[in-house]
Amino acid sequence: MAKLNLLLLAVLVACALGLVTSQHKARKLFSALEREHDHGRELDIEYGRLQLEASTWGQHSRVARIAAGTLGLRVPDARRVRLLGRDDAQ
Amino acid sequence: MTAGSIAARGLVRLPVWRARIVLVGLIAAFGGLTVRAVYLQALRTDFLQEKGDARYSRVLEVPATRGRITDRHGEALAVSTPVKSIWAIPSDVRLKPAQAKTLARLLGMTARELHRKLAEPERDFVYLKRQLAPETSEAIARLGLPGIYEQREYRRYYPAGEVTAHLLGFTDVEDVGQEGLELAYEQSLGGRRGSRRVLKDRLGHVVEDVQSIRAAQDGTDLTLSIDSKIQSLAFAALKSAVERHRAKAGALVALDVQTGEVLALANVPSYNPNNRARLSGAELRNRVITDLFEPGSTLKPFTIALALESGKVTPQTMVATDPGRMTLAHYTIRDVHPAAALSVTQVLQKSSNVGAAKLALAMPREALWDLYDRLGFGRVPQLGFPGAAAGRLRPYRSWRPIEQATMAYGHGISVSLMQLARAYMVFATDGELVPLTLVKSEPVAHGERIISVDTARAVRAMLESAVQPGGTGPRARIVGWRVAGKTGTAHKQENGGYAADKYIASFVGLAPVSAPRVIIAVMIDEPVGDYYGGSVAAPVFAELMQATLRLLGVPHDAPLEPLEPPSSDASREST
Repeated sequence: MAKLNLLLLAVLVACALGLVTSQHKARKLFSALEREHDHGRELDIEYGRLQLEASTWGQHSRVARIAAGTLGLRVPDARRVRLLGRDDAQ
Repeated sequence: MTAGSIAARGLVRLPVWRARIVLVGLIAAFGGLTVRAVYLQALRTDFLQEKGDARYSRVLEVPATRGRITDRHGEALAVSTPVKSIWAIPSDVRLKPAQAKTLARLLGMTARELHRKLAEPERDFVYLKRQLAPETSEAIARLGLPGIYEQREYRRYYPAGEVTAHLLGFTDVEDVGQEGLELAYEQSLGGRRGSRRVLKDRLGHVVEDVQSIRAAQDGTDLTLSIDSKIQSLAFAALKSAVERHRAKAGALVALDVQTGEVLALANVPSYNPNNRARLSGAELRNRVITDLFEPGSTLKPFTIALALESGKVTPQTMVATDPGRMTLAHYTIRDVHPAAALSVTQVLQKSSNVGAAKLALAMPREALWDLYDRLGFGRVPQLGFPGAAAGRLRPYRSWRPIEQATMAYGHGISVSLMQLARAYMVFATDGELVPLTLVKSEPVAHGERIISVDTARAVRAMLESAVQPGGTGPRARIVGWRVAGKTGTAHKQENGGYAADKYIASFVGLAPVSAPRVIIAVMIDEPVGDYYGGSVAAPVFAELMQATLRLLGVPHDAPLEPLEPPSSDASREST
């Protein structure tokens, strides 16, 4: 009887320690998860900022201004355009 | 040890009552503990639980971001991004003069303004400045001033600025939609803030998620039907036309014929939605959707379509228009180019008011009303856009003959530019009306049939002749594609009558004629000097149509040869 009690006590202590360890591990993992979530949110915010930036730099009016002003590009005169059919292109 | 050894040997019997007292004492102590335990566990559990939670359990707000708005190709048109707001507890703020100066400079205000804001000690929360740029708020945080705190907020940015201002609208300081599509799609864009209960450790880290009280839901992104390139070109073309003609305002809308999608929607004057410090009502108005005007001659094609549908006339039927005016109940309808007789095609080409009036008077007024009604005039368009105007189409029972006649050329009826552009869809789709949308969508298989295929094609051919050198709108022609359209030059309504010297110049057209893809409607309000639709609005149409067809990669249906210049007199018309 006393032997069984001792055995059960040992099992109990082992279980208790196991519980504490797993709780600790769970909390560590959870805080890692939280960090990743935060990181994900930050990346999303940065993506939004980059989208904004891309859209601002890529504004059609700005591209047109640079093309016409700095690079001196223009739409060709109708006389200088020749259309190729699908057959000509091959 | 003598007594102990004696007792061990059982030689001395201790009195029983001593053991009893100890026993009773122990039982009483245990009983007390049990009662206390029951009291704490069962009766005061809520209070204690609360005290415990208060030490490590926290309810966190889970923010939801507002959905982004992009154009049909995914180009960002509106994005919310976090910014910091600076707030203070005035009674806690202790500032040295130098610190106050630095802070005021960073906040973009004078030191006196800052002091005034902080001079209300009874208030314990004052916003010093909302929605600062991240660099500025970091600089303020580095100062480490007592009583000054920052708070994260979202602010909406519109990279295209004034180009898309009327279409998108804007959000308020809490990032809630106030105008335009931001308001119309508030439900789906807005998202829902959530909250959750967590456990925090000594250092403030979240260690355990106890319960999600309300799941946060981010706003859904919205993909518009707008093509940002076409939109940008449309705005630029409209703006330069309004400036060139010193006009009060201008509006433009471009539609995709196959899908009913709105490709561009522009208004002048505009405003910068990123900086709305000084806004006037005129700048805020979305004229395409919310403003009504008497369309004038741009309504003639519908009168003629109805005449063709009735079977009484063909495009070649001659209509007597001699001597270029017609008097009905003290009111005289005039033509700018008087002629003895015009064919139905020429009535449209020369924009003859007398001809259109005669055609309208030859038909029952119910028929005209019914056509206008089915075209959507007088009804709010199903666009889901806030403030969309229905227009005014009076019941036909109240029409007098003169009204039936003027209605034929677009007076006595008011429409929005959006309704007008949509109505032209019947000529582009061989007689069907497709529902319009501002959100990217798939081609519609079948619209609602309004007029027959033959009539639609016949009117389209007439509309093409109206932009030929003999018509009123030759400046709408473009190189490489056949276009068709109608000019409008209407007197503006003012104080119940018509202003003698104020006009609305308009043009509605479609291209390419062989297989229409795009409809563009342009309206210029009060041009100064030259005021004809054919010379003010048609060039805007031509400029944008050329660019749009090129961007969409629409195959050419006309030779790539320079156009012969039109005569200067041709665009004149009186409605």
